[in-house]
Amino acid sequence: MDVRVIIFVIFAIAAVAGAISMVLARNPVHSAFGLLMTMFAIAVFYIMNGAHFVAALQIMIYAGAVMTLFLFVIMLVGVDTSDEAEEHIPYQRPLAMILGSGLLILIVASGIQTWVNAAAQTGRGSLGTIENVSDELFGTWLLPFEATIFLLTIAAVGTIGLAQFAFNLRVASGDDDE
Amino acid sequence: MTMSDLAVTAGWYMALAALLFSIGAIGLLTRRNALVMFMSIELMLNSVNLTFVAVGKELRTLEGQIATLFVMVVAAAEVTIGLAIIVAVFRRRATASVDELSEMKG
Repeated sequence: MDVRVIIFVIFAIAAVAGAISMVLARNPVHSAFGLLMTMFAIAVFYIMNGAHFVAALQIMIYAGAVMTLFLFVIMLVGVDTSDEAEEHIPYQRPLAMILGSGLLILIVASGIQTWVNAAAQTGRGSLGTIENVSDELFGTWLLPFEATIFLLTIAAVGTIGLAQFAFNLRVASGDDDE
Repeated sequence: MTMSDLAVTAGWYMALAALLFSIGAIGLLTRRNALVMFMSIELMLNSVNLTFVAVGKELRTLEGQIATLFVMVVAAAEVTIGLAIIVAVFRRRATASVDELSEMKG
């Protein structure tokens, strides 16, 4: 058996287990660690697909920066598991399970033909080296790349604005009692 | 097909990504904690990224990986704004549960 099959099966189980534990865990910190496991497994899949640079970014940005930010905010907001118990919308969970399963069935029904007929991946595939990706990114896709600068600047300014807005609200309503 | 010529195809990755996307959708619909809902969205974005990369390998093109990079940038911006909103709401209402925030009134 191909070693890729063994690696795929191991990390597919890890990815799905991480995703399910993220959804089921009552404690948001446990959810964050489940998602972290899924993200590492997906980074392994990127490497198996020859996307080395994207795999490095996946670990640095998602597993590193984004998950750290999530854990920071969980700690800031506080681990709150109390309000998950009672139902506010009737039949929310059964309906959500039915809708989610229906989505999965629809995706499988529309894609199964393509999935089964996909050709076996051959060669080592050095497509995703930094050199190739940067040639593409700073050549063909230079303008969209420059546009992301504006997006990130707007996001950073918006975050500062939101923090300031919340602070002003607190001061205005006079509940500044810490 | 015997066990010996079993090989990983792009279809395996697409099937796995579909499963992860559905789990993320179920998480988004069932959980009420805004943070966990955000994590579910991240999971869905990640599964789509996996599809992009696997199909890009299949078609021998780099565009899949470029699309993944742009999705990562947008996801980073989205997480920044979203978490800032959650923190701002928490400072005002002392809760991160979306069910408690069903009124329009601040």
